[in-house]
Amino acid sequence: MAGSNPNAKPMDLTLKVWRQKNKDAAGQLVTYPVKGISPDMSFLEMMDVLNENLLRSGEDPIAFDHDCREGICGACSLHINGRPHGPERGTTTCQLHMRHFKDGDTITIEPWRAAAFPVHKDLVVDRSAFDRIQQAGGYVSVNTGGVPDANEIPIPKTIADKAFDAATCIQCGACVAACKNASAILFVSAKVSQLALLPQGKVERQTRVENMVAQMEIEGFGACSNTGACAAECPVGISLENINMLRREYISAKATSENF
Amino acid sequence: MNWFTKTFSSTVGRKIVMSITGLFLCSFLVVHLIGNLQLFKDDGGEAFNIYSHFMATNPIIRTMEIVLVLGFLFHIYDAIVLTRKNKAARPIGYADSRPQENSTWSSRNMGLLGTVILVFLIIHLWNFFVPARFGGLDGVVIENVEYDNLYLKVVQSFDIWWYVAIYVISMVALAYHLIHGFQSAFQSLGLDHKKYTPFIQKFGYAFSVIVCAGFAVIPLYFFFLK
Ligand code: HEM
Ligand code: SF4
Ligand code: FES
Repeated sequence: MAGSNPNAKPMDLTLKVWRQKNKDAAGQLVTYPVKGISPDMSFLEMMDVLNENLLRSGEDPIAFDHDCREGICGACSLHINGRPHGPERGTTTCQLHMRHFKDGDTITIEPWRAAAFPVHKDLVVDRSAFDRIQQAGGYVSVNTGGVPDANEIPIPKTIADKAFDAATCIQCGACVAACKNASAILFVSAKVSQLALLPQGKVERQTRVENMVAQMEIEGFGACSNTGACAAECPVGISLENINMLRREYISAKATSENF
Repeated sequence: MNWFTKTFSSTVGRKIVMSITGLFLCSFLVVHLIGNLQLFKDDGGEAFNIYSHFMATNPIIRTMEIVLVLGFLFHIYDAIVLTRKNKAARPIGYADSRPQENSTWSSRNMGLLGTVILVFLIIHLWNFFVPARFGGLDGVVIENVEYDNLYLKVVQSFDIWWYVAIYVISMVALAYHLIHGFQSAFQSLGLDHKKYTPFIQKFGYAFSVIVCAGFAVIPLYFFFLK
């Protein structure tokens, strides 16, 4: 069992971290040693330790994204040892624990790499491209007024389950980071599927898929080559089925919508 | 741009074109392989020469040939457009990257595999198609009718070891292209369901291996047994 082990010995590690002053500066990997890391620490706590060391020696701490540290907000990122969110499947970086590394390991830490996700500083990338895709159609229009009764609209359990699975996407961008083409299609397809499956979302389903795909192209993400890397690295297990659903939505919208 | 050109110039639309042309090219492979099986007949090439004469002159085949060329052109054109767009989507790569953990080699190297196929295609057409179609072959008389002796050209070509090597290597590349490509094409069309996707995946794998092995066996047969 991978539980906590009070006898586990602290580890000494070598970190190679991408440092970049700002958007326009050239960056490089900088090597930092860290000592006495507990295997019970999360990866981000290990980064905190490094940053405290840096602050104490008067250096600029490493910028990285984080918020909930519970695996639900999608703020954390980091490409760790060649993989988004590190070596464990189904795990965000904040939920990755140091017990998955060994004493003496060298760990390479890089930001998500995509033209559509420019580096802001160090390991922080600008993921607002996702927000703009979401704004292009990832919503359901509702009237203001009285709160509708819960469960007023019947939805079959299988459909509700599928929509819920798609809705678990936390918008972290690991799919883009993993894809050799930096394609955003897994993210976009999760949003398209979630809403197209539900009765409330069916009203806008044609314009939604057309507009979200169009925005995805404008942002400069690559095409989908069906490698499956995105789903394999997605921390919440968004499935490839969503991508195929997006394609069916797209084909049917293009063939029948009023958009010319 | 109107809705039609807009649709087919999006990345999703271009993959639809690639998948349809790719599957069409797969159907061509089947026809081509079945025709080539006549090379195994022990008749000094009679059946094969009559067959290739038919292929070069029949109006339906000639029409399909134009469709085939268009299929290749659209497939290759969109392959180039998408591969360039995909490269541009990640201008700065990772210092450390372990894609083998999340995807197959062939799925990540379709452009490379396609380029090998394209180079092969040029060599192949230059050697067989151009002389068969535009002249340059010796004649042979079969039952008082004069035919082009394409069979002789086959025998002569596959007597050269490096020529045989090019064929075998290219068929390995084609096999890997199709091991990913065949099932990928159905996904690009949104055709995915737990009822039939497992079948498509198994069928695609068997198709790729059998068809490409079938093509690769021909030069090996002539080199070692003729
Ligand atoms: C007999 C020859 C060929 C056959 C049967 C074939 C078949 C296929 C099929 C079925 C696909 C999958 C399409 C999809 O994922 O929707 C594909 C993808 C691809 N083909 Fe071909 N192909 C052939 C030749 C070529 C050539 C000559 C090139 C390049 C110059 C090429 C480049 C590509 C590329 C780059 C992809 C992947 C596109 C992507 O997923 O991003 N292919 N091919
Ligand atoms: S699909 Fe998965 S990897 Fe992509 S943004 Fe959503 S949660 Fe992250
Ligand atoms: S910090 Fe919220 S998911 Fe990792």
